[in-house]
Amino acid sequence: SFSKMAAPTRVVLLAGGCFNPITNMHLRLFELARDHLERTGLYKVIEGIISPAHDKYGKKGLVPSTDRVAMARLALASSDWVRVDSWESEQEGWLETVEVMRHLKRQVQNKHCVADSETDGPSRKRRKIQHNVNNSDEAVDSSPAGTAGEVQLKLLCGADLLESFAVPNLWRDEHIKELASNYGLVVISRAGSNPEKFIYESDVLSKYKNNIHMVTEWIQNEISATKIRRALRRKESVRYLVPDPVINYINEHQLYQPDTEKSKT
Amino acid sequence: SFSKMAAPTRVVLLAGGCFNPITNMHLRLFELARDHLERTGLYKGLVPSTDRVAMARLALASSDWVRVDSWESEQEGWLETVEVMRHLKRQVQNKHCVADSETDGPSRKRRKIQHNVNNSDEAVDSSPAGTAGEVQLKLLCGADLLESFAVPNLWRDEHIKELASNYGLVVISRAGSNPEKFIYESDVLSKYKNNIHMVTEWIQNEISATKIRRALRRKESVRYLVPDPVINYINEHQLYQPDTEKSKT
Repeated sequence: SFSKMAAPTRVVLLAGGCFNPITNMHLRLFELARDHLERTGLYKVIEGIISPAHDKYGKKGLVPSTDRVAMARLALASSDWVRVDSWESEQEGWLETVEVMRHLKRQVQNKHCVADSETDGPSRKRRKIQHNVNNSDEAVDSSPAGTAGEVQLKLLCGADLLESFAVPNLWRDEHIKELASNYGLVVISRAGSNPEKFIYESDVLSKYKNNIHMVTEWIQNEISATKIRRALRRKESVRYLVPDPVINYINEHQLYQPDTEKSKT
Repeated sequence: SFSKMAAPTRVVLLAGGCFNPITNMHLRLFELARDHLERTGLYKGLVPSTDRVAMARLALASSDWVRVDSWESEQEGWLETVEVMRHLKRQVQNKHCVADSETDGPSRKRRKIQHNVNNSDEAVDSSPAGTAGEVQLKLLCGADLLESFAVPNLWRDEHIKELASNYGLVVISRAGSNPEKFIYESDVLSKYKNNIHMVTEWIQNEISATKIRRALRRKESVRYLVPDPVINYINEHQLYQPDTEKSKT
């Protein structure tokens, strides 16, 4: 027998959140994550998904999901790999992160694996059928959450989400475990912060730390949606922080005006 | 006689620099400065000015008020900042004041002819560098330029004075820095501090051209940090590749 390098594992990145509104910082997260994963040689990032949160998430100043989805679509019109998924926002109520991951994992596997079986030659079909069988002729995918041919769905997030795992009663332990073991996280942190500390302080996260990819954002930009909304209330320019089509949409629909913002956030 | 409010003084903002390449941070400076007022040196790895001008033009194609001027880059050699300011001040006045005299009624013409005469019927523009009807040219820069005034022998004192008194500066600083200290520590700048407008950039973004060049050398994405047309230009012309970057900046 001879050894051959494992084909890179295919990955889809999912980012949740309010996107109230979407900003250039959100769009950067995908670029940083893709560069990082592909540079390891182990992954090929084939798709990115933005899933805006349901209106019932309950935050003050959250504009209707139809607007938030529309703005995200405008922002991503020029992207050839990241798209918006409105399923989460269209459900009856707010969903747990794992519920969204489970739904989109099924969707992503149907989309990318059905296509494989139609176009691949016999060897790939064989690899897929032998999904859980180690075959000495096949390279074994060493990543903890998948086998060759599978598409992995990873949660793309900022360090704040990782840190939120430590907040008492905010997350169910079994959900944290499911996210870290079944899926995996790609966490973008700003230079100078110390995100590894949160992994260290959590037994669950430490166990699955090979499946938590830490990415440092060296070109810092703090274009948070909160600051954008503040600027808009004050009629200040947000040009070059938010894509132009999104700015036009905000103006046409008179979003984020002072009288509609009940809170000062 | 009756008093009336001075018409707002018209201002043109000038930003110099390498724009190597132009980034969204450079473009932000203009937006911040405009909101606020209505509210080198030679560097290594400098790509030819024709490319830098072309990239800046692409970045500004969608702007209805910011443009690129290539005069400075087309001169025989490097120019002092004040030389560029003097040239563009003349150009800007020709452009915006000639147009005025063609379109304005008699009272505005009269105000321009009476440029230096205080007329009790006219509102006097209280800004130090202009009279009503004039267009001011202000230098738009980061706090690093302000701080550079303190570097021995880098600037001529008379140039600092000319910039601060004849023109004016709009200085963008990041939140948490203390730019007023540099004004305080300079007699010249303190004298003209009414003509030095300090603007804080609260939505911090450190998209410096240095970091962009570094990312490009490493084949990392600069999407959403630099306008798409500029990224396309860089790729088409193979700019900022590792072999052409002699220094590690």
